[in-house]
Amino acid sequence: MADRLEGVLVVLGAGVMGTAIAVTAAGHGRRVVLVDVDPAARDRARGRMDLHLRHAGLLGAFPDGVVPAAVEVVEEFDPAADVVAVVEAVTERADLKAKVIADVSAALPPGVPLISNTSSIPIDELADAAMRPEDLVGTHFMNPAYLIRQVEVVRGPRTGDAAMAAVAALLADMGRHAVVVRDSPGFVTSRLLHPMINDAARIVEEGVAAADDVDALMQGCLGHRTGPLRTADLIGLDNLVDALLVLHERTGDDRARPCDLLLRKVRDGDLGRKSGRGFYDYEEALS
Amino acid sequence: MSAAQLSGQDVETEVTEFLRTKVKQTVAPDEDLFASGLVASMFAMELVVHLEQRYGVAILGSDLRLDNFRTVRAMGALVERLRGA
Repeated sequence: MADRLEGVLVVLGAGVMGTAIAVTAAGHGRRVVLVDVDPAARDRARGRMDLHLRHAGLLGAFPDGVVPAAVEVVEEFDPAADVVAVVEAVTERADLKAKVIADVSAALPPGVPLISNTSSIPIDELADAAMRPEDLVGTHFMNPAYLIRQVEVVRGPRTGDAAMAAVAALLADMGRHAVVVRDSPGFVTSRLLHPMINDAARIVEEGVAAADDVDALMQGCLGHRTGPLRTADLIGLDNLVDALLVLHERTGDDRARPCDLLLRKVRDGDLGRKSGRGFYDYEEALS
Repeated sequence: MSAAQLSGQDVETEVTEFLRTKVKQTVAPDEDLFASGLVASMFAMELVVHLEQRYGVAILGSDLRLDNFRTVRAMGALVERLRGA
């Protein structure tokens, strides 16, 4: 175990989550390789990482005396590297994730955990694509991953003890606190949060209240730290819609059917913080 | 007025106005923005980026700590010092 923890963390997908997970590990001294086939995504990730590191520094999110390790941003995954684990953080669509998991698990040595970072897709569905389902573990990091220490960890019915132990050690090494839950669409956090955000968007759509009033009430009256619609902007409205569809298709819960306002914002490219506008406007280039 | 001509007092006035548009409250120069919950973790970084862009300063290293952004007055002092005023 000690040797394994010396290795490089490979993160597949240089979107919002992949980049933030990479920075979190690097901020705790672990070397990271961040992989994305899209050159524009790689450029955006390079630009965002410095901002993330500064943000983490401002909030004291990384341990004192640890020099952040380098994050190498590359086009292709090299299975020959000394890999401690692979995190796939590609788009929240079961078909895309299954394809990546199939390709990567075929190239990885047995016993190296393959982590699927997902907010909603059952791990056992993805395990069908894995060469060794026992090595596949689910995580659900929150955004921004470098500030939020709590991580939802999902054990699929076929996930092995060794992979669970390895991922627990890796997350502890990244300063994260894991709560392990059983496999289910949306797990705990998205099953509770996403329909609520969808309802909040419906409230705005119906003209019952403006977005900032919905958030102000949830914050001021009910103690929600961020407000559901600011949270939606952090998640990314495209990701939110994808996760709601995963939930709706698998549970039939009508509260999880993405409302028209969410769909319209995604169609218009108003994806939240990452695009500069969602339910709110974000003027500066932000994390 | 260009940012270079602004005094520390002017910076405080502008930052107060920026905060008013963002958090919809007028804050006192010495009000602790974090203790009052007006500024949370995401908005703290927005403040950093805003000050850098508006006043042409780079906030780096040991200057990048919450105490420098805790009050409007602290932000005014930081900008003034970094501009070598």
